[in-house]
Amino acid sequence: MRILAAMSGGVDSAVAAARAVDAGHEVVGVHLALSRMPGTLRTGSRGCCTIEDSRDAHRVAGMLGIPFYVWDFSERFKEDIVDDFIAEYSAGRTPNPCMRCNERIKFAALLDRALALGFDAVATGHYAEIIPAADGSPELHRGLDLNKDQSYVLGVLTSEQLAHCYFPIGASASKAEVRAEAAERGFPVANKPDSYDICFIPDGNTKAWLADKIPMRPGLIKDESGEVLGEHDGAMTYTIGQRKGLGIEKPAADGKPRYVVGIDVADNSVTVGPKQALRVDRLEGIRTTWCGLPPSDIGDSETTAIDCEIQIRAHADPVPARVWLGEVDETVPAHEENLPAPRPRGQIMHVAVEEPLSGVAAGQTMVIYRGTRVLGQATIDQTA
Amino acid sequence: MGSVRVYLDHAATSPMPAEVLTAFTEELHRVGNPSSLHADGQVARMRIEAARETLADCLGATTPSEVIFTSGGTEADNLALKGIFWARNAGRTAAPFERPRLLVSAIEHHAILETAEWLESCGAELVFLPVDETGRLDLAAAEAEIAAAPERTALVSVMLANNEIGTLQPVAELARIAEPYGIPVHTDAVQAFGQVPVNFAELGVAAMTVTAHKLGGPVGIGALVLARDLTPVPVAHGGGQERKVRSGTLDVAGATAFAAAAERACRTLDSTETARLRDRLITGIEERIPSARLSGRRGDERLPNNVHIVFPGCEGDALLFLLDAAGFATSTGSACQAGVSRPSHVLMACGADEDTARSVQRFTLGPETTETDIDALLDALPGIVERAAKAGMVSAAPSWQATTASGAATTASGTATTASGAATTASGTSATPAGGQS
Repeated sequence: MRILAAMSGGVDSAVAAARAVDAGHEVVGVHLALSRMPGTLRTGSRGCCTIEDSRDAHRVAGMLGIPFYVWDFSERFKEDIVDDFIAEYSAGRTPNPCMRCNERIKFAALLDRALALGFDAVATGHYAEIIPAADGSPELHRGLDLNKDQSYVLGVLTSEQLAHCYFPIGASASKAEVRAEAAERGFPVANKPDSYDICFIPDGNTKAWLADKIPMRPGLIKDESGEVLGEHDGAMTYTIGQRKGLGIEKPAADGKPRYVVGIDVADNSVTVGPKQALRVDRLEGIRTTWCGLPPSDIGDSETTAIDCEIQIRAHADPVPARVWLGEVDETVPAHEENLPAPRPRGQIMHVAVEEPLSGVAAGQTMVIYRGTRVLGQATIDQTA
Repeated sequence: MGSVRVYLDHAATSPMPAEVLTAFTEELHRVGNPSSLHADGQVARMRIEAARETLADCLGATTPSEVIFTSGGTEADNLALKGIFWARNAGRTAAPFERPRLLVSAIEHHAILETAEWLESCGAELVFLPVDETGRLDLAAAEAEIAAAPERTALVSVMLANNEIGTLQPVAELARIAEPYGIPVHTDAVQAFGQVPVNFAELGVAAMTVTAHKLGGPVGIGALVLARDLTPVPVAHGGGQERKVRSGTLDVAGATAFAAAAERACRTLDSTETARLRDRLITGIEERIPSARLSGRRGDERLPNNVHIVFPGCEGDALLFLLDAAGFATSTGSACQAGVSRPSHVLMACGADEDTARSVQRFTLGPETTETDIDALLDALPGIVERAAKAGMVSAAPSWQATTASGAATTASGTATTASGAATTASGTSATPAGGQS
């Protein structure tokens, strides 16, 4: 096959490209320039798309003897990821930009271009496995190393996309194994630190970054009864479930910690409450997508729901859930109306969990699993 | 990858002819710093002065002392812009400036643009001189800008030939306009030297940048040809080896090879054959790909080795990838230090929109380019352009909108109809694979 290997400059995508070459494929490496103003040097484990990352990727491609190019997707990235990120926070939601990047850049804009230019698939260094179902259609499964498993952020992929995805390191036993292989191959990136933060916020300070982009208005912090407990400097920089940095002097009546339980952007207020106020057992998601065919037995009411597990964060544990489908909603959420590419709410997904979940914010993604298999996902819109 | 490589990126760098390589390596075997006083140093001095004389001769300098060796074009451009700007402001390197105005064309190379913008950040008043849609300097506009405040103008800099689209510039006319005001004119002749006759004295400019590797010399040596009455403030301080304005140990081997390459280029400077191949490529593309548009000018107002084409609806870096895979080394014309293609500031200065400025490919011919090479490229191009057009523009509406719709269990029809979706349809470059499955 002709494979386009997306090479970030990190160790995972380097080994993924190497394995694609070893498997006998015709491989071309490409590094995506996602920032309009690439920094010159990375600091610690943060940042990506820097000149240093591009150079690292180029060095590895050279060692593999494959052609290498840098492609500019910065315009798409700004519109589809960065502007979306700002709009979501402005609306008091908590977005997952890595997921959006997979959905809109890596396995959309890049994959489309790769297919048009004559490639059969895009290879990345994600820890997830694609396993053919009985009928040959691709199924997405968790990576073998559950500590590194990245199937969550790939939950947005559809079967059309999965058919052209290639994850050569998904069946690796551990990150250590991948690093050892990189060292054995002599890759200069073998000991490069993992990246954890949002790539376009190089210092990891999301609040300061947002404050620079969104006009901040000081407002009130209240408890659930409406009593004013303090002030904040901008409601949208808070996240549901946040405990630190609230700056409330008056202790709670029960002496227990307080958490952000509500963000009201219209009112510019932040509501805090006890941990149990964070607990939800009903979730409603929008823009449902399926990794392959939707489960054939799924119905449109709680009585015809399917049993599965849902996961609401990249590194959260999956919990048992019942899932059923709602209507298709053609309205565009108000906070997206000014985005370059607003989208309707789409297929609605309903979820009921037996054990209540904590710290669930609108904007987060819930990925539905059955065992190791990813069934699909939706963006959390409302909870109760 | 193609089995045969055809190199069509001579504007980036040119291969070194055998006789230049011989001159270079012979010199590398010798020891001697031209600034040393002993016999070995004296031999080295003799050799670098010989190189200087050869270059002065090839460049139409009045005396060899007008040739100041530098590490290349970028250093020469920096020395000219900063050094002359500061000198024209009584040696001041910080505001307030007596003559704060700095006039440069909008299509300069980054070595000029970035330097000019840096000076602006230090308090200079930077004025961009406009060009017409073929990238040629608007002389009337330039004259008006010069006449607007001549006593406050430090320097004018306009390149002799544009590196991307190959348009030759009326630098001699510009120098004549500036001359009565006593305003020095600098020209970056990096792309012109070795392609068209370049004569410093006849141009009437005060300073001129050239570099060796565009005409078969080594990378790492260039020169600023500088009128004897100008003394720029040094950019880098040191031993003052070159007229006290440029410091650093002189590169005898580099200068010797530069002189050998320049002499060879000047001796064989008959661009008729190169221009014939250039025009064969241009007309061949126009015949085969009707949507393709030549940037810049035709005939004698264009560098004889430059072909620059807009392929509407094709990303420049997609074209470059496909051409490279087919064995042709080409360029998108403009790349940042991370190797990323950016929309061409030159085309945008010519009035093109950003999508057009991304849809470009530059082919630059060299002495070894043959008709067979050109014909092979012409055979390959239509298929490559068709494929690149299929991949479309990155700025087109994203496919994930359609993807979400087709992935839903109960697919909503028409979920991908948005303003940007409509724009895609209009431009006809949609790359959506999975849409419309409802």
